[in-house]
Amino acid sequence: MKIAVLIKRVPDMDVRFKIAPPGTGIDESGLKFDISDFDGYAVEAALQIKEKQADPAASEVVVISLGPDVVQETLRKAMSMGADRAVQLKHDAPLHDPYVIAGALAAELKTGTYDLIMFGRKSIDTANEATGTIAAERLGLPVITALSKLEIDGTTLKMRRELEGAYELVECAMPAVVTIDEGIARPRYPSLKGIMAAKKKPLEVKPAQVGEERYKLEKMELPPERAAGRIIGEGKDAVPELVRLLKEEAKVL
Amino acid sequence: MANVLAFAEQRGGELRRAALEAVTAARGVADSARGEVHALLFGAAGIGASAAKLAAHGADVVFVCEDAAFEHYNPEAIAATVAGRLGTGEYRAAFFVASAQGRDLAPRVAAKLKVPLASDVTEFSVAGDAVHVKHPGYTGKVIQSFKLTGSPAVISLRPGAVLPRENPKPGRTENIQSPVPGPQSRVRVTATVRAEGAKLDLGEAPVIISGGRGLKEAGNFKLVEDLASAFGNAAVGATRAVTDDGWRPHSDQIGQTGRLVSPQLYIACGISGAIQHLAGMRTSKTIVAINRDKEAPIFKIADYGIVGDVLEILPVLTAAVKEAKKGA
Repeated sequence: MKIAVLIKRVPDMDVRFKIAPPGTGIDESGLKFDISDFDGYAVEAALQIKEKQADPAASEVVVISLGPDVVQETLRKAMSMGADRAVQLKHDAPLHDPYVIAGALAAELKTGTYDLIMFGRKSIDTANEATGTIAAERLGLPVITALSKLEIDGTTLKMRRELEGAYELVECAMPAVVTIDEGIARPRYPSLKGIMAAKKKPLEVKPAQVGEERYKLEKMELPPERAAGRIIGEGKDAVPELVRLLKEEAKVL
Repeated sequence: MANVLAFAEQRGGELRRAALEAVTAARGVADSARGEVHALLFGAAGIGASAAKLAAHGADVVFVCEDAAFEHYNPEAIAATVAGRLGTGEYRAAFFVASAQGRDLAPRVAAKLKVPLASDVTEFSVAGDAVHVKHPGYTGKVIQSFKLTGSPAVISLRPGAVLPRENPKPGRTENIQSPVPGPQSRVRVTATVRAEGAKLDLGEAPVIISGGRGLKEAGNFKLVEDLASAFGNAAVGATRAVTDDGWRPHSDQIGQTGRLVSPQLYIACGISGAIQHLAGMRTSKTIVAINRDKEAPIFKIADYGIVGDVLEILPVLTAAVKEAKKGA
């Protein structure tokens, strides 16, 4: 079983962001970076699939990331969790058009013969939730998105997708592309042994094949602050006032 | 002439609110471009009956694709059919709503036509050659403005970003067939299983009542469900802490890694307001918070807050809402 997992380096979200001049990016100074949440679930799910194989050593998990040299740190982290090798598709300027990003990833994925290609369902920063699907279309492979469960039965994938108030059970034969939702697996913490081993694992750097963007970022700004919250009272005695406000002021009742 | 396409989502033979939001958005663009709104509706036999509701919200034409293969969502057949229609050259844009189904479908269609896609859009304008959109990123902490060039533009709207509006049109129906027969799809949905509980789900409801750890135990979610029933148009949501503990199904989770919602009214019960949670609901129109700790971050974004024991307050609020609904 040969599995590719596409991962993205993103800032920790637990901060108040600042916009850097000229207003098309965040100020990255002082921010911590890590694997994007859903991509981490995908790495974990891939490692578990490998470990369940009759001969895990015959399987391979390859992690791939697009970006400047700092993504090597993210790739090393995935290898310290257990991925076997890594590929950096080097591109220094930030990219925003999922069609272009997916094209660069698909060009690399085409060169491997993967049974399974895994993405997080979306990156936690730009949050388009489109790159994995577009890459699959550009590769001509079937794609199943936002999986909360994934089992492999021979060459068939058996999956579950969460909907609003419902779920779907889905089947598809490999090779295929999947995108991973939360709930599938909690990413493991790298062990010290894993961290040491990752330093020696192969990390290949290749230029990314980048087309022209037609979805261009023009501006980034902080959202307007919501009007300051108002505490209208304490305990159940405040309920009549709340109901009055919902009726007369907010007009939602 | 520049027509606009709207994808009409349905589940189990029932139109979803997303369908009406997509048609309403398309209507606005079609009116300024002097074109028509064409809705696309897929389903098992009998789905054509839903065309009237799409017409009532502004569809000039409803293309109906009835096939037993569409009893369940069939992403490959539907994407091929939508792309075939959208690729005829008569369309300026296509609208989807970024529900579970729309998020799956829109990038498939855009990729098939090799056109750019704008996802999870909260505001948009279509003027001349350019489409401008706003899309919250960084867990809602940064608003990104994009310019999209190329036609047709594929736009996937955040649920609730456009409210359904009635605007009756003839809604002529035309039956079409899928170029990919359903059974030939490589991706097969074998079952669609509805979660137990509230009638309305997070994708449909204009009011969301959400519960967190402050409810103390799973059984107390009954109080949240009771308040939702009192409203009659409300769905029940939950925080990640609660879905992780198995009190509620994972699909109920609202937040950074769960659903992104923008209801008219959001009532947070026993929720402190972790960043993870705020990311999923901060764009709600009106926010109410009930929490024991008056320093909880949820009160910073709540329009109306009550400090106190949620277990004591909820039954009183439920009774008061019932009373208010009776008078309405």
